[in-house]
Amino acid sequence: MAEQKEKVLEIKNLNVKFVLEEETVEAVNDISLHMEKGETLGLVGETGAGKTTTALSILRLIDSPPGVMECEKLEVCGKDIKNMSISELEHIRGSVVSMIFQDPMTSLNPVFTVGQQIAESLERHENLNKNEAWKKAEDMLELVGIPRERAIEYPHQFSGGMKQRVIIAIALACSPQVLIADEPTTALDVTIQAQILHLMKELKEKKNTSMIMITHDLGIVAETCDRVAVMYAGRIIEEGNLDEVFNHTLHPYTEGLFNSLPNIKNRRAKLQPIHGLMPDPTNLPKGCAFAPRCNYATEACQERRPQLTDFGGTHKAACLAYENKDFHIERGKKNG
Amino acid sequence: MHRYIIKRLFLMIPVIIGVSFLVFFIMDMAPGDAVDLMAPEGATAEDLDAIRHELGLDQPVVIRYVKYMGGMLHGDMGVSYVSKTDVFDTYMEKLPATIKLSFASILVSVLLSVPLGIYSATKQGTLQDNISMVLAMIGLSMPNFWLGLLLIIAFSLKLHMFPSGGDQTLSSIVLPALTIGTGLMATLTRTTRSSMLDVLKQEYLRTARAKGIPEKIVVMSHALRNALIPIITIIGTQLAGVLGGSVLTETVFAWPGVGRLIVDSLNMRDTPLVTGSIIMTTILLSIVLLLVDLLYAVVDPRIKAQYITKRGKKKHG
Amino acid sequence: MAKTAEAAVTRKARSQAAEVWRQFRRNKGAMIGSAIVLVIVFIAIFADVFLDYDTQVVGQNVAERLQWPSARHWFGTDELGRDIFFRVLYGTRFSCSVGLVAVSIGLVIGVTLGAVAGYFGGAIEEVIMRSTDILSAVPNMLMAIVIVSVLGQSIWNLMLAVGITSVPQFVRITRAAVLTVRNQEYVEASKAIGLTNRKIIFKHILPNCLSPIIVQATLRVASAIISASSLSFLGLGVPAPAPEWGSLLSGGRKYIRDYSYMTLFPGLAIMITVLALNMMGDGLRDSLDPKLKK
Repeated sequence: MAEQKEKVLEIKNLNVKFVLEEETVEAVNDISLHMEKGETLGLVGETGAGKTTTALSILRLIDSPPGVMECEKLEVCGKDIKNMSISELEHIRGSVVSMIFQDPMTSLNPVFTVGQQIAESLERHENLNKNEAWKKAEDMLELVGIPRERAIEYPHQFSGGMKQRVIIAIALACSPQVLIADEPTTALDVTIQAQILHLMKELKEKKNTSMIMITHDLGIVAETCDRVAVMYAGRIIEEGNLDEVFNHTLHPYTEGLFNSLPNIKNRRAKLQPIHGLMPDPTNLPKGCAFAPRCNYATEACQERRPQLTDFGGTHKAACLAYENKDFHIERGKKNG
Repeated sequence: MHRYIIKRLFLMIPVIIGVSFLVFFIMDMAPGDAVDLMAPEGATAEDLDAIRHELGLDQPVVIRYVKYMGGMLHGDMGVSYVSKTDVFDTYMEKLPATIKLSFASILVSVLLSVPLGIYSATKQGTLQDNISMVLAMIGLSMPNFWLGLLLIIAFSLKLHMFPSGGDQTLSSIVLPALTIGTGLMATLTRTTRSSMLDVLKQEYLRTARAKGIPEKIVVMSHALRNALIPIITIIGTQLAGVLGGSVLTETVFAWPGVGRLIVDSLNMRDTPLVTGSIIMTTILLSIVLLLVDLLYAVVDPRIKAQYITKRGKKKHG
Repeated sequence: MAKTAEAAVTRKARSQAAEVWRQFRRNKGAMIGSAIVLVIVFIAIFADVFLDYDTQVVGQNVAERLQWPSARHWFGTDELGRDIFFRVLYGTRFSCSVGLVAVSIGLVIGVTLGAVAGYFGGAIEEVIMRSTDILSAVPNMLMAIVIVSVLGQSIWNLMLAVGITSVPQFVRITRAAVLTVRNQEYVEASKAIGLTNRKIIFKHILPNCLSPIIVQATLRVASAIISASSLSFLGLGVPAPAPEWGSLLSGGRKYIRDYSYMTLFPGLAIMITVLALNMMGDGLRDSLDPKLKK
């Protein structure tokens, strides 16, 4: 704790709601996050846990209406994003913070060449003229392992993995301080996944970028992240460094996630999926959102909503079971 | 790409043969022929038969059709029964007025509808959007010739701003072009809006926004280029439609174009002129629609790739 | 077993209809449109109950000629002293019947050809679709003008001309719809149990293609009314003195300089009718095909 690292991201009490005609979706509830320079933070959870919404909030890219975003504080590299004007924001997006999207198939504009799509942000943020921007766009393509001649080609001429490389090139073109990667490999073949992850890790280190890695894949987290925040139903329910969360898991949900992983060492072991489904985000339970699926749930869990509490070190979790001092969970205990 | 164009040009041939056949035979079903209508007062039955023989009208329709098509192959579309002038020349004489009016109308329609459609789409569900859509619906429901009459009442008879008919001065074109243009606007605005709405949901726009591209450019460049195909399709079909048959507007404004020519020659049972004009119109329309198809390739690289690899099968139906 | 399956199917059909109705009811424009259409149809059916054709609609009354709209003659009178309001009201009959009959002609011919083309495919399909291409290569209005002027001016020829020009649309839509259901399992099953082609087409395929056809028919009635009045305006429609809206406009046009009201009201009648049909058709499309919405 001696050296205070530079904070590149700080979010305090972020709430995002989607107000629809008949119902309100509470997508993100009271989330606080922070990240230091050069760090990789894993944001883990099931589909619909609010990971992507959280990420989009950082760029203030939530569609409004119907989205309503509120927070106490939202700062990137000391800049107050929360109160920024739209034109100021447009200078931040793509240059200070950029984002890699989940589905490379739909994330590139089909009517522009990939070179144009990379050069566009360079022209905008780096004050380059058309030729310089194009040159640098070609450099970026090479950097992500695509021959520079292909800059004049259109997205439909690339495979999925290549498209994701292009998207990475777009995101990294202006050397952002913070890179948000939203399930960057989910839509790709397993073999391509490894390549892309490797590439991202390498580039991130080269440029000393901080990264938020959004994923539901704990393997990816183990491989790339320094710290982990686990989300469930729009809340962070456990947070800590990789060792704390992986080896000293506190929250039953996190435990459930580990138990749902196939065991490579023991191929006969049965999968132990978490039973049930995530609660309806338009109608969240009063108490702990995980209680209906939790094997350790008590009556208190139905009634009171647990707060994120310190468990020593950087480790935090939101679980009422720990009010009982003797409580601990066991790796591999059946959950379901 | 060349192969595609050539293929499309060849595909036009059976359509032209079919159309000429259809028109020729329908015209033949008509009671009374040109000779009855143009015969001088007091002509005897023998006189009429002589004229018929001279025009070849005493031969069976199939033979006349084959002869006619034989002439077409040599670029000879025949001679008008009534005015004795060459059909092709007569048609070409009227065509410029129709083309002028068509392009002016399309210009009116595009300049007004595309911005309005984009605006509506970006404001989907708001009051402005609803008002635009109601106006478009009203425009769609107005008979064109009636709108023309209303414009004449307002701008010509009451305000004396524009002439009510003919094609003498530059300002003559304003009212007919507004009439046709407004009629086209309704459809084009609706198409632009719905096409933009489709595109505005696409994820690549989020990518563009995340790159820091200002919203205006996201909408006007990134989104619009992707929304263009349906818009171009409608503009092309509308252009073809106006070129082929703004008969009513031409009538209302006494516009000396092809539409009037066809109606007038129909009334005179001038089969060669009617058939020739309709065939010419069909050819013109096919060419316009082909140009629209080629324009797709300019707008969308994926379609261009299809044309080039020639795997792109023409969808029929 | 078969019975319960059948019951399930009808139940499903019923709940689907209920869902469509629920969607349709929520669409304000569609409901207003339908209400206006109902009123217009009512007027058309009962026009001769309210109005005496010989005295009130075509009877001349030179003493009251060319009067501007007033409490006595709501829409004014024409050059022969006939009340334009009455004529417009009675004209509803012509427009509605031409619209309806013309679209029925187009519907019956077009749907049959389209279904045959889509179902059998091969050479039959090729012939039908190429003929359709030829028919639609000539602009609709021109084609209709040619047909009416050749067949002669009468309401039946008007219906026929407008009907024939709407055939291609129905052929294409039906064929496309049939193509999507042709290879589905229940059609395969019908073939397997030896149903005749005609039975399969009419009992099993067409009912499943109804949505686009219904929507197209509604919108087509609207455009048929415009086409019919256009032809009448050109003097190719319903012969005088019948108060067809297009003919009224054509008559009013001669007096446009001094008696513009004669041009105003018949056109307004066309517009309101067509607008109502379009709003209804749009609403139908949105509720029958939720995919198209938003």
